[in-house]
Amino acid sequence: MSKLYSGAEILFKCLEDQGVEFIFGYPGGAVLPIYDELKNFNSVKHILVRHEQGAGHAAEGYARSSGKPGVLLVTSGPGATNAVTALTDAYMDSVPLVCISGQVPTHLIGTDAFQEADTTGITRPCTKHNWLVKDIKDLGKTIHKAFEVATTGRPGPVLVDIPKDVQFQKTNYTKFKKQKKINGKIHNQFSQKDINELIKLMSKSSKPIFYTGGGVVNSGPRASELLRELVNTTGFPITTTLQGLGSYPGEDGQFLGMLGMHGSYEANNAMHDCDLMINIGARFDDRITGKIDEFSPNSKKVHIDIDPSSINKNVKVDLPIVGDVAEVITSTIKTIKKVKPNFAKSNKQKISKWWEKIQKWRSVNSFDFINSTETIKPQYAVQRLYELTKHKDTYITTEVGQHQMWAAQHYKFDKPNRWMTSGGLGTMGYGLPAAVGVQVAHPNKLVVDIAGEASVLMTMQEISTAVQYSLPIKIFILNNEYMGMVRQWQELLHDKNYSESYTAALPDFVKLAEAYGCVGIRATKPDELDDKIIEMINTDRPVIFDCLVDKQENCFPMIPSGKPHNQMLLGPKDQKKNKITGKGKTLV
Amino acid sequence: MANSKSAYSTPGKQGKFDTHIIVVWVDNETGVLARVVGLFSGRGYNIESLAVAEIDPKLNISRITIVTTGTPQVIEQIKLQLKKLVPVHKVADFKREDKKVIFKEMALFKVVGNSLKKEKAFKACKKYNAVILDKTKNSYVIQITALRREIDTMTKNLKKFGLVSVSRTGAVAMTRGAEIFK
Repeated sequence: MSKLYSGAEILFKCLEDQGVEFIFGYPGGAVLPIYDELKNFNSVKHILVRHEQGAGHAAEGYARSSGKPGVLLVTSGPGATNAVTALTDAYMDSVPLVCISGQVPTHLIGTDAFQEADTTGITRPCTKHNWLVKDIKDLGKTIHKAFEVATTGRPGPVLVDIPKDVQFQKTNYTKFKKQKKINGKIHNQFSQKDINELIKLMSKSSKPIFYTGGGVVNSGPRASELLRELVNTTGFPITTTLQGLGSYPGEDGQFLGMLGMHGSYEANNAMHDCDLMINIGARFDDRITGKIDEFSPNSKKVHIDIDPSSINKNVKVDLPIVGDVAEVITSTIKTIKKVKPNFAKSNKQKISKWWEKIQKWRSVNSFDFINSTETIKPQYAVQRLYELTKHKDTYITTEVGQHQMWAAQHYKFDKPNRWMTSGGLGTMGYGLPAAVGVQVAHPNKLVVDIAGEASVLMTMQEISTAVQYSLPIKIFILNNEYMGMVRQWQELLHDKNYSESYTAALPDFVKLAEAYGCVGIRATKPDELDDKIIEMINTDRPVIFDCLVDKQENCFPMIPSGKPHNQMLLGPKDQKKNKITGKGKTLV
Repeated sequence: MANSKSAYSTPGKQGKFDTHIIVVWVDNETGVLARVVGLFSGRGYNIESLAVAEIDPKLNISRITIVTTGTPQVIEQIKLQLKKLVPVHKVADFKREDKKVIFKEMALFKVVGNSLKKEKAFKACKKYNAVILDKTKNSYVIQITALRREIDTMTKNLKKFGLVSVSRTGAVAMTRGAEIFK
């Protein structure tokens, strides 16, 4: 007879078989048997966070920077409910997470027992799937299934709820064999006919654009390489969404910058005026499209996505191609080489007028700002951070708000998986714990959280985690004492009624850093910024960098959605000409 | 909405609503109905009626029949979103007007009154496969199977014959002919 293992042991055997090296977690009554077993499994290292939301975001940072699923372990009741924000965030941004939660013993389920919550009920709408394991015999295969669901097709979070008595019960464990066949939910449904159609559209177009998103990053590093090849072969301009940054080199000439609400003037205008839009792994999010009725009115639209439900959800497209981005691009490049070996040459003439138009838009220099020698402009701070860290393989996370948009505009990425930001859900407090996860995955790399002072206070406690595990993350706070994006909207839409967007009492971040046992640095003047940033980079410990920036600065350019996509609101230099009035107010 | 100050765009033009019958084959496991229904409520889709029962105890398969209304785009989304759920095997979609599909609902009527009233009630039901399931001196329980709007009409018409209680199922559907939905 084969050896019997407890539920807790089986969990770890599964994690071992799945190649899990790190789990982010927090102990509690309903997961004690699992924590008790931790000592017997050396290949799995546990990172103790300070709050379960932090565990979730750290697992997200780990997953997005490494391409492997992130694993978190939380207790029942409040442990699980605290993880809900992170699970929802991962669901919106398609991040593979496996959340293991403890549950009260099966005989107490439904009795309102201590720390009981209907975890599978609560997390049903924010996971791809979840399981309550009531029978020890199901545990092993459920865990493996959980990893499969999280990582295949469009990735996302899953949750396995394990009652405490099941963690004690014993059964056999059969070693996991990775199966080639995937549960039928992966969709490489495209055919050569679709690819031929795509190439036909591409060769007919005189105003084409690639609009690419997080799907390229999720498809793996090879997809980004293939994308580069495709863009070079065609000579078409390319813009990426917030989540797609890094899938194409930020300093390349064919790259128009990020598009969308705070995207570049050239990217948004090109999207509006193009005659062929090739969407690769993006989802026509409302921050991208603005008003749907007036979105890119004269273009043929192609949508390449692994998730069939993304297609025609927000915008009707002419040619849907359902499949993994890397596979679709491979086929496309192959076919171009076969059918039109001189595509780039023959096409150059045809799209040269289009490029001229784009250069005109580009010359507006829409990310420009009026710099100052007195106060640090937040854009300037991001620019300096970029210049001083670009020679390193730097990983950037962000919180949510103005600083996030400035980071997206001014920090240039040339590799995928280097940019971790909460786009879909827009979770303030994402960046610091995400940086913890990124640093765990890449212990020798520079990891910077570009933060706002309001966001970072939401999960500030995780700096204690960073100190405990000597994770030298850098928290680069653009401190303007306001919830900047809220204040910006109040200024533009609500007659400068800054209702509750100013934080009248902020901690002294330098002292706070010292209290946590890490290093605090403050910069107040532009001329000291470089030295301070260099000091931060050279510090081999966690750093909280309090960068006091201009309090009034707004984030431009911006699409006030009442106006068509091609009439962006530009920065202060252009603002007098272009005020938001009447109808536009309702739509931003 | 038009005058509100919002961080979101105002709704665009809305398409025409159609009534569709969606049939979903699912693993009969805990929470599967909640997943399906939660998908509808979470994404703001309608459910006009719902019928669900296990149809294959060996393979553990249940069949859920949902009557819903929506624009063609919404109906397409409903199908695609349903197909993404892990316990869902296949999804069929029929227009209510589709002649190749049979739709039926069942209703139970309790009629209380003298024998004349009871008989009149039963007679009125006759063309809908009426069966008397229970009779007492002053009451009938009548079962009929019919289309939704026919049952609606009967519910109205039976009032005058002493209808005191109505219980009805959601619609179930099946294609005509020898073919089955794959």
